[in-house]
Amino acid sequence: MMNRVEILKKSAINAVIGILLTFPITVIKVNTIDQEITWRWYMMGLVGAVVLIISFFWIRQQERQNSGSTFKFNESKLGLKYHSIMSKPGVTKSVLGSAVLLIVLIPFITTPYTTSIITSALIYIILGLGLNIVVGLGGLLNLGYAAFFGVGAYTYAILNMNFGVGFWLALPLGGIASALFGAIVGLPVLRLKGDYLAIVTLGFGEMTRIFTENSDKLTRGASGIANIPKPTFFGHAFGYFGSTRYIYLIAVALVIIIIFIVWRMENSRVGRSWVAMREDDIACESMGIDLTQSKMTLFIISSAIAGVAGVLFAAKNTFINPQSFTVWESIMILCIVVLGGKGSVRGVILGALILILLPEYLRAFQQYRMLIFGFLLIVMMVFRPGGIIQNVRKIYKIEGEPTNE
Amino acid sequence: MSNKVLEINNLLMQFGGLKAVNDVSLDVHKSEITALIGPNGAGKTTFFNCLTGVYTPTSGDINIIPPGKKPIRANGKKPNKVTELGLARTFQNIRLFQEMTVLENVMIGRHAVTKANIFNAIINGKSTREEEQKIIHDSYEILKKLDLHTFSNEFASNLPYGAQRLLEIARALATEPFLLLLDEPAAGMNPQETISLIGTIEKLKAEHDLSILLIEHDMHLVMNLSDRCYVMDYGKLIAKGTPNAIANNPVVIKAYLGEDF
Repeated sequence: MMNRVEILKKSAINAVIGILLTFPITVIKVNTIDQEITWRWYMMGLVGAVVLIISFFWIRQQERQNSGSTFKFNESKLGLKYHSIMSKPGVTKSVLGSAVLLIVLIPFITTPYTTSIITSALIYIILGLGLNIVVGLGGLLNLGYAAFFGVGAYTYAILNMNFGVGFWLALPLGGIASALFGAIVGLPVLRLKGDYLAIVTLGFGEMTRIFTENSDKLTRGASGIANIPKPTFFGHAFGYFGSTRYIYLIAVALVIIIIFIVWRMENSRVGRSWVAMREDDIACESMGIDLTQSKMTLFIISSAIAGVAGVLFAAKNTFINPQSFTVWESIMILCIVVLGGKGSVRGVILGALILILLPEYLRAFQQYRMLIFGFLLIVMMVFRPGGIIQNVRKIYKIEGEPTNE
Repeated sequence: MSNKVLEINNLLMQFGGLKAVNDVSLDVHKSEITALIGPNGAGKTTFFNCLTGVYTPTSGDINIIPPGKKPIRANGKKPNKVTELGLARTFQNIRLFQEMTVLENVMIGRHAVTKANIFNAIINGKSTREEEQKIIHDSYEILKKLDLHTFSNEFASNLPYGAQRLLEIARALATEPFLLLLDEPAAGMNPQETISLIGTIEKLKAEHDLSILLIEHDMHLVMNLSDRCYVMDYGKLIAKGTPNAIANNPVVIKAYLGEDF
């Protein structure tokens, strides 16, 4: 194990390298119009300091990781305190109760702008949970998830434009349409594994977007569909503020329902077989599990969830066009799952909140958004490959037997 | 012969020009341990893969005869269907579900004999809960039988090597097979572990009324356990008989040790 001085030495070397490498773009500023060169010497110090600090913490963290002392929340001081408080009778219930109360009250105590942003985050939580079923539990990489999201949104928009179908009927219909689309795509695609599956789903995602962009009659092409009505409450339509709050509450309800469904599935016979499929498909098959059937079920459920999120998205924004369902969107949802923690419901929720809310509130750094994202992901993959909240397997207690915990 | 549980006639598995399994016929009798031995690359594991549906054989017949039932031709059936018929296998290079707990590994094995579907899971009614409890209970009993129950909530990947091999057997047992296919169960075990494994296999065979077909390199294990022995070399069957007869068969000695011995 290196001591601090050694780490500092190494970091200093890194800082010098960093200064030299970025010298031409940070220090020299060429003004081609006035034919002048400005030497921004202070940039040298800035780059050096930033590299030194990042490098120091990076190396120190890596050293810690190598010596096996990774951070475990449950064993840290804070974690122990947390558990001792939470284990008192009634605490969990009251904490949960007040959390639910707070969540319900948010639209009434904050601005519509905040409510609207949080609703977006909630839609991404739904999407993250849906993709998590495929990627986290089933281990099948789907890079075209935004297409299923799009199918849901367009189902509502098109049905409404042509037949005047309302939100509440469109919500299940969007899910069903997306599930059907998932089944059609899944049949050929799910014969593939790993990288090939990722590439083909990516292709399908793009195909869907290009189709919507080019079929003028059905989807109005690139100009999109506008004037999609917001949801009504038993025929009563809300004004601007009212409907923002109303959609928020619908989103919260949907998130809770989907979390419930995912939890139930995860700890069931079927959910276990998905995880087994992720771990080893050949062994899984020889345990009597029908792989084709398992994969199809996974894919269809995950598509249906995306479809529901799509309907909600269309209703919230009242306008959709193909640009909302690009590959970028798929990657974003994948980032939510990977950053938060593959297979972990709490992780996905946290991931969605971080990745959707932070950029909204850090508008000042908009230009550096992708840079920060990229850096965040690299740091995660190096130091915590399982995501922020790693998935843990359920501990089963057997009646009448002492547990070895 | 009515007491056969598996009957294989003239099995051929061809990969391009290579006949990995060439005209092999083999029978497994009820409540017996049949061993399949042979040098490395003789085609034993390929033979297993044909049997369990991983490969579809080029020609020949695989007939599975569940006790008291009519023979079923199993050529080209998918692995999960073969398992449902009552064949369960272990793997030569351990294939456990690494990031699942030991108990969950066995619980997966119960998949073939339980029913709850995705809608049952979401509704989680009384029968589903009872089935789930039964899965947990039965799986724990199987672990107990193999002395693995103290590891119940450990990740499978954290088990010692010998225990991982046992867990593979436990998982296979959970599917309630009548015929157990063991692919080199003693590979990588030390002599003590092998001796204890022999005891375990005999115990399980008696308790579950199993028939066993095993591939093995460890002669000590084969000589001690098997009732019948088949020898493969270069994809062909070169000898069959009792273990003692095989050990003294000049053709077998030649295949293993070369011409001069």
